Amino acid sequence: MAPWVRRGMRSVGAGLAAIGLALTNVPLLVLSIVALVLVPVPFLGMALVPWTTILVRMRTDLERRIAGRAGVPVVRPYHPPPDRSVPGGWRRFRWVVTDPATWRDLAWLVPGALVGIILGVITLAVPLYGLAGLTLTPVWIWLGTGWYGYGTAWSVDSVGEALLCVPQGAAILAAGLWSAPWLRRVDALFDRLLLAPTRAADLRLRVTQLTVTRADTVDAQAAELRRIERDLHDGVQARLVSLGMMIGLADELIDRNPAAAHELLAEARESSGTALVELRHLVRGIHPPVLAERGLEGAVRALALSLPVPITVDADLSGRLDTPVESAAYFAVAETLTNVVRHSRARHAWVSLRHVEERLTMVVTDDGAGGADSAAGTGLRGIERRLAAFDGTMALSSPPGGPTVVTMELPCALSSPRTTPSFATD
Amino acid sequence: MRVVIAEDHALLRDGLTRILQAFDFDVVASVDSGPALLPALVTHRPEVAVVDVRLPPTFTDEGLQAAIAARNRIPGLPILVLSQHVEPLYARELLSTPRGGVGYLLKDRVSNVGEFIDAVRRVAAGGSAMDPEVITQLLARREPLAALTVREREVLGEMAEGRSNAAIGTKLRITEKAVSKHINNILTKLDMPPSDDHNRRVLAVLAYLNA
Repeated sequence: MAPWVRRGMRSVGAGLAAIGLALTNVPLLVLSIVALVLVPVPFLGMALVPWTTILVRMRTDLERRIAGRAGVPVVRPYHPPPDRSVPGGWRRFRWVVTDPATWRDLAWLVPGALVGIILGVITLAVPLYGLAGLTLTPVWIWLGTGWYGYGTAWSVDSVGEALLCVPQGAAILAAGLWSAPWLRRVDALFDRLLLAPTRAADLRLRVTQLTVTRADTVDAQAAELRRIERDLHDGVQARLVSLGMMIGLADELIDRNPAAAHELLAEARESSGTALVELRHLVRGIHPPVLAERGLEGAVRALALSLPVPITVDADLSGRLDTPVESAAYFAVAETLTNVVRHSRARHAWVSLRHVEERLTMVVTDDGAGGADSAAGTGLRGIERRLAAFDGTMALSSPPGGPTVVTMELPCALSSPRTTPSFATD
Repeated sequence: MRVVIAEDHALLRDGLTRILQAFDFDVVASVDSGPALLPALVTHRPEVAVVDVRLPPTFTDEGLQAAIAARNRIPGLPILVLSQHVEPLYARELLSTPRGGVGYLLKDRVSNVGEFIDAVRRVAAGGSAMDPEVITQLLARREPLAALTVREREVLGEMAEGRSNAAIGTKLRITEKAVSKHINNILTKLDMPPSDDHNRRVLAVLAYLNA
């Protein structure tokens, strides 16, 4: 079956569902009006409105989901519920009635139902008429009910005219199926007029989101600094102290016991080498030098070479990203690859980096055991937070048995490409 | 001389042990965490303990807390605290514990093995060993010190670190007699009671600086 046919049939089904759902709008509106009228009644009134609002929101949320499936994403516009609110309480009542989205929902119920029913009927009727032309009409005419007409022929009298119904029916059916998704889309666009957040609500949602991601970012940064302090304290600093001890002891022993002093100095030299290695690791963890020198693509390629699992890097970035974005993107990929190495038991992994239409898309795939869960580990959650600071997103697909696909997206611009590496400035 | 070491970093624990053993100390126990320190001190009753400030399990100031607890439990137990950074605040907390030798040094100082051993012995003998860094920070914030001459301030600093009059004299290339004259002047100018016991005098100076 051709994809457009399948899409069309699905949309016809959705049209039928839309008619059914539209019919529920009327009782919802009646309930809401009753609840609003009863507000002056002590105790009862204030409790009823939040309840009916919950029902209305269940309905509008469903409508938003349906619109999203038709290709028109509609964001939930509601204020977050107040803290310490009890059912039937003043806070909850105020929360509901001061939210403009509550009133916009109510305003949508009747026009939404009308548009839903009209478009639903069209979605349904056209393909059905086509189907009728294709099957029933010729049969009826053949049976001798000469009064019946179809398409261009009214009424159908001859066998030739009867046969003409078939191609006409097929064309109408095709047109109905082809147009059904578009009709669904029109319905969804109408829903969006009233069910999507207003500009003010949009900004409020954005502020909420920014507050959360900012707090996450600050947390992550503080944790990162603590980690660096710990690493320095337990690593390089301790090693330098021990180095000093060895040299000091060797200095004391050099006359009394030259052999022991030599041994200590050899140990000291080794220890200074280890200190440097540790320092390099730490620096790489803060900001890898290769990232500064070669950008995201080069750094990911360098990282891929250093990991024990073979990794194919497929990248096509024609310029550099802004430094903070570049760093976030790099660590997101690095963290994902660390997860691959640690948990997936993969034999191969693939990284793809693409920048299309002001979006950087990074996909990490592995052929490992699958079953990764972003709720379980802190690693994937950390990546999500890193990306969220730049309005980026992460999607995880990891069925048991694999493969695991992590798709990360970051909205960002590429700076002008550097044609050749310049030795004068590097 | 019997000594207990508390240090979580294996390299440093090993280095400290080797240095102390090279100078005929008897390392009776070396522990790697805060909770293990107190029992070790109570069991072995060492003549001196060398303790790292940051120890597991919390990796905060576990060692310092254990040292203070131990000094409250075993009055007069000499403890030398080592750290990778020094805070006058920690010095004050150490000095406010019951009397007895006390020291607080940067770990860097261990590399000057002779002086480090000297400091351990001084603390074991009931004296003190304060890191020059701590003393510098303490001296920097005391107003009345302006009344002291440059030489007197030098003597005060050396004294606060815990050195004997003889050692101060050698370091500053003056006679021991000149040193005690300076010290008397300092005590007078700072309005502190004169004392014959050197250790008590040093602790008094530290207490004054720490107040």
